[in-house]
Amino acid sequence: MTGPSSGAGAVTRRPSRLPSPLFVLRKCGAALLMLAFVVVVNFFLFRVLPGDPAKVFAPRGRNADPEALRELRERLGLNDHWTVAFGKYVKSVLSGDLGVSFSQHAKVTDVIMDRLWPTVLLSGTALVIAAVLGVWLGARAGWRRGSRFDKLSSNAAVTFYSMPEWLLGLVLLVFLNRYGIFPTRGMNDPRSTLPAWLDVLWHMVLPVTVLAVVYVAEYSLIMRSSILDERRADYLTTARAKGLRDDLVMRRHAMPNALLPSMTLFFLSMGFVVAGAITVETVFSWPGLGRLTYDALRGPDIPLLQGLFLVFSAGVIIMNLVADLLMPVLDPRVRAA
Amino acid sequence: MNGEQRDPQAGTVDGPGAARVPRPRTAGGTGLLQIRDLRVSYRDRGVPLPAVRGVDLTLAAGETLGLAGESGCGKSTLAGALLRLLPGNAEVSGEILLNGSDVLKMSWGRLRAVRWNEASIVFQGAMHALNPVRSIGRQIAEAIVLHAPKSSAATARKQVGELLEQVGVPAWRAESYPHELSGGQKQRVMIAMALACSPQLIIADEPTTALDVMVQAQVLTLLKQLVQERGVGLILISHDLSVLASTCDRVAVMYAGRIVEQGPGHRLFADAAHPYAQALAAAFPVIGDMASRRAPRGLPGDPPDPRELGGGCAFAPRCPVAVAECVEYDIRLRTVDTERSAACVHVGVPA
Ligand SMILES: Nc1ncnc2c1ncn2[C@@H]1O[C@H](COP(=O)(O)OP(=O)(O)OP(=O)(O)O)[C@@H](O)[C@H]1O
Ligand code: SF4
Ligand SMILES: [Mg+2]
Repeated sequence: MTGPSSGAGAVTRRPSRLPSPLFVLRKCGAALLMLAFVVVVNFFLFRVLPGDPAKVFAPRGRNADPEALRELRERLGLNDHWTVAFGKYVKSVLSGDLGVSFSQHAKVTDVIMDRLWPTVLLSGTALVIAAVLGVWLGARAGWRRGSRFDKLSSNAAVTFYSMPEWLLGLVLLVFLNRYGIFPTRGMNDPRSTLPAWLDVLWHMVLPVTVLAVVYVAEYSLIMRSSILDERRADYLTTARAKGLRDDLVMRRHAMPNALLPSMTLFFLSMGFVVAGAITVETVFSWPGLGRLTYDALRGPDIPLLQGLFLVFSAGVIIMNLVADLLMPVLDPRVRAA
Repeated sequence: MNGEQRDPQAGTVDGPGAARVPRPRTAGGTGLLQIRDLRVSYRDRGVPLPAVRGVDLTLAAGETLGLAGESGCGKSTLAGALLRLLPGNAEVSGEILLNGSDVLKMSWGRLRAVRWNEASIVFQGAMHALNPVRSIGRQIAEAIVLHAPKSSAATARKQVGELLEQVGVPAWRAESYPHELSGGQKQRVMIAMALACSPQLIIADEPTTALDVMVQAQVLTLLKQLVQERGVGLILISHDLSVLASTCDRVAVMYAGRIVEQGPGHRLFADAAHPYAQALAAAFPVIGDMASRRAPRGLPGDPPDPRELGGGCAFAPRCPVAVAECVEYDIRLRTVDTERSAACVHVGVPA
């Protein structure tokens, strides 16, 4: 539509690299709506669950005397009509109050905040390592399809991808426990002589390895197939024709184009980072949200579960929003769409 | 001095009247490009598909050579072979002398240095030839910096701006991405990119197809002008004879992987010697007429399947003046007159 002659004075039409304010507003609005929906679902879902929460919460559990139980129900608001209860719930959620944990007898927000950091540390680290390594491995394998490297890494990826992570964790645990190089329980050791951060790092090695191996497999498989899709693209012939070395053709031209699916996966998994890795945290006694969920489920600790559910959903929704807002900045083709 | 001795298709003999390919018209071997007996065969699920079957061509600096022919006759394959850009399933043989050294025998390092620096290509379908996630300025600058590593980022950027202006694209477009440009602009960007390292040879593979008539004419004028100003050798590929006749010093017509006629553009139009070239010229396709791409008007039948080519003239099944000899011998180029040659039994023999 634009003739070359019309371009001279058109400097102001320089295309923007940033998404439009309307786009940002729309995405944020959608995210808020989704959060509200989650709050509603969260309330009713736990309302219809079987079992008497008061019995769980009472100091002597199921054997508490009926009078005390009735009083407790009153205090917990379990006797309220659901409309009243819902109003109270929404109000408290909005004021950042998620109630009191049955089992831990502490504010749910405090309990969750305590465990949030270890989980983000563990899963986040594993995810970043896995994404970088997986993308590199997958790109190399796909670029040289059928090579020894490809066969080896693809077979390994499929194996690890289909293996349950607890199995991998147990294997590592049993195997390495015998040599006792890396700690297999918890996040730190009070008797350790190491500086605190190094001690945590030391404790992270095994669980991060298990998580990363599983994630790496996922990224390398996705990246491999994206590179295979790009391999015959015309712009790569152009890059070669310019005299670029083969590895530069891959790194500078094929990879940026093939990265979109992996980036999407990355942001999606970032959303699930807060949910932690229940199995790995349990196997390695990692004091994170995954482990907390496992314990809360055993109770069941309804307010805590409710709080966890809310935090997990919020994590996914927020990371989705970040992805939606960041993708157009990272990839011009998304900008076009 | 050429021809049958090198022909690996043993058993086929040139027909009566003997083949003689005219030597380059240029003075004493200063040819920029000399192609000798170029053959390209694709392995297609085990079956060989001969796409180029023995092509000899020469091009002098500052000369413009047109390459015409129906879809599938091997034009793009020939172009890709010149810089060894064909996919892995292509087997290439023959000689491609670029400034005297054989492209097919070069080391990878030498080849990379030659690519874009001595010869560049404007690819068929510029729509996809540009990387969608890199700004066009960066893509052009990449070639400049690669072949002149000492040039600073600032000079490269300045050069990119100049190149874009030269092809009629505003310099600020350097920051645009391919999807932000129109088809004509992308084509111009490809041409600017091809000029980036001031190569002596530019191969333009259908640089105007898929563009509307106005833009087509603009791009062609631009190419012609650049060739005149810079004195580069240009190989212009098109299915459209009228485009070539008006732009090129010399035109070669390809059919089924071979050159069937070669000569000055205007003469080809006025009195083509080869029946296929005659049909092409008679069709006189209008610029931008997509239908004329597939089958020239007045020429019945389809081009042959390269996998099923036997001996004899490949054009015989469609040829209105075919005779028995046509299928008996492998017909190679024969001299028509001082500036033309054609591969047909009716040429070069007394009537
Ligand atoms: N990568 C490939 N593998 C197998 N066969 C191929 C490949 N590329 C091209 N061919 C075949 O080689 C022959 C010549 O193709 P080529 O692209 O060189 O034709 P062309 O003259 O450029 O046609 P067009 O005018 O459509 O661009 C065709 O029969 C085509 O099917
Ligand atoms: S050689 Fe025979 S078949 Fe071929 S173009 Fe000439 S007359 Fe026609
Ligand atoms: Mg082609």
